[in-house]
Amino acid sequence: MELYLDLVSQPCRSVFVFAKAVGIPFEFKVVALVEGQQYREEFAKISMIRKVPVMKDGSFVLTESVAILKYLAQKHSSSVADHWYPAELRQRARVNEYLSWQHMNLRAHGSKVFLLRAMFPLIMGSEVPKEKMDAAVEDLKLSLNLLEEKFLQDKPFIVGDKISLADLVAVVELMQPVGTGLDVLEGRPKLIAWRDRVKQEVGEELFDEAHEQLMNMSSLQEKMQNNSAMEMLKPKFQMLFK
Amino acid sequence: MALELYLDLNSQPCRSVYIFATKNNVPFEFKKLNLLEGEQYGEEFGKINLIRKAPALRDGDFCLAESIAILLYLAEKFKTPDFWYPADLHQRARVNEYLSWQHMTIRLQGSKVFWLQLLIPKILGADVPQDKLDAALEDLNASLTLLEDKFIQDKPFIAGDHITLADLVAIVEVMQPVGAGVDVFEGRAKLSAWRDRVQAAIGEELFDEAHKTILGAQESVKLMDASKLQFFKPKILKLFM
Repeated sequence: MELYLDLVSQPCRSVFVFAKAVGIPFEFKVVALVEGQQYREEFAKISMIRKVPVMKDGSFVLTESVAILKYLAQKHSSSVADHWYPAELRQRARVNEYLSWQHMNLRAHGSKVFLLRAMFPLIMGSEVPKEKMDAAVEDLKLSLNLLEEKFLQDKPFIVGDKISLADLVAVVELMQPVGTGLDVLEGRPKLIAWRDRVKQEVGEELFDEAHEQLMNMSSLQEKMQNNSAMEMLKPKFQMLFK
Repeated sequence: MALELYLDLNSQPCRSVYIFATKNNVPFEFKKLNLLEGEQYGEEFGKINLIRKAPALRDGDFCLAESIAILLYLAEKFKTPDFWYPADLHQRARVNEYLSWQHMTIRLQGSKVFWLQLLIPKILGADVPQDKLDAALEDLNASLTLLEDKFIQDKPFIAGDHITLADLVAIVEVMQPVGAGVDVFEGRAKLSAWRDRVQAAIGEELFDEAHKTILGAQESVKLMDASKLQFFKPKILKLFM
């Protein structure tokens, strides 16, 4: 089984961490996004959508991290503990509810803050307009409020006592703005405690390994400035800044 | 207490839930939620869904948001026919893949075109800049092309020979811009043929019933009191402008 990944990307990290945490063997195929490798012809043959992550299991190719996570949990159900994607009706519904909500909320807003802080000055050659930055941070704040008040409440994890795919997908999105030096967890002891619980469940070493590149943004930014793909990537980034 | 579904048929995810529940004879109480009147911000509804969106489900003491979660919950609880959400690993993955991809593409872009074309001019009392409209249409078109070329391809339905939740969720989103007078099917033979198959699989009567409200949107927006919509102005401008 091959996983096409760039660990700077949140959905790649959730897939990476899950596969490793539950012991599913895979071949790591790097797709360096800041070098525009997703736009290469060879990658188009794998996926015409040109995004990561992508899973190739024999001849079966699958995109979308949420679909990949569910596929892996189902395929390896005999060895993957039930709590990751509980069979029980209501618990599974809670996981599905979070996985659905997060696309347009924590994922969208966390990504926007990350892109504005990490990429905007590089691509546009100027600072992010204050209004734009404030609006993005405000949206992220509202998503974090809902994560705490609606999804976590007073439970250790989103579903209840045990970690599930929902927590994994949530934590990697939460880490994205953190990678730009923005402490989104400041003043949120509940989220800090939850993040630490998740880290412990998957294993600190694995968690840190997955987030190593993200936490090293300056070297990433250097790579971007020094490569020929920049001209091609610029307009694509500009679209994301709107 | 019967299972309650809080729905506004102007909303795409409400339509997929309504069609699925009705088609599969799921016993439910239709609780009408009028989104443009701001009923989702009421205190009572807040207890059912803190996210304050539709659709929402209440099954006894269990409340659930998010149409995809609701569809999967209903499929499992009421043991609907396997083809809707196949147990087969690969087929299920294809359905999940579409259900995930569609949030930030067809759903977002179809909604945007609907708002820019129909509701925002009403709120602003002026036309939306043409370049904004063109950009939104271009984005939607790119996604419709992917729907045809990557998801449907030469198959009758997204996951293969049979309709699934993927087709249901896709069709209600594709119909939204149609409600604003944008014919997304024009020049798209593959998409049109797929739509006809989906309509037939759902049942024309049920499909038409579910889409009656949105297809009458152009008329009802004309009659709307623009001052009532001002409440939504900051949110909508931020999201779509």
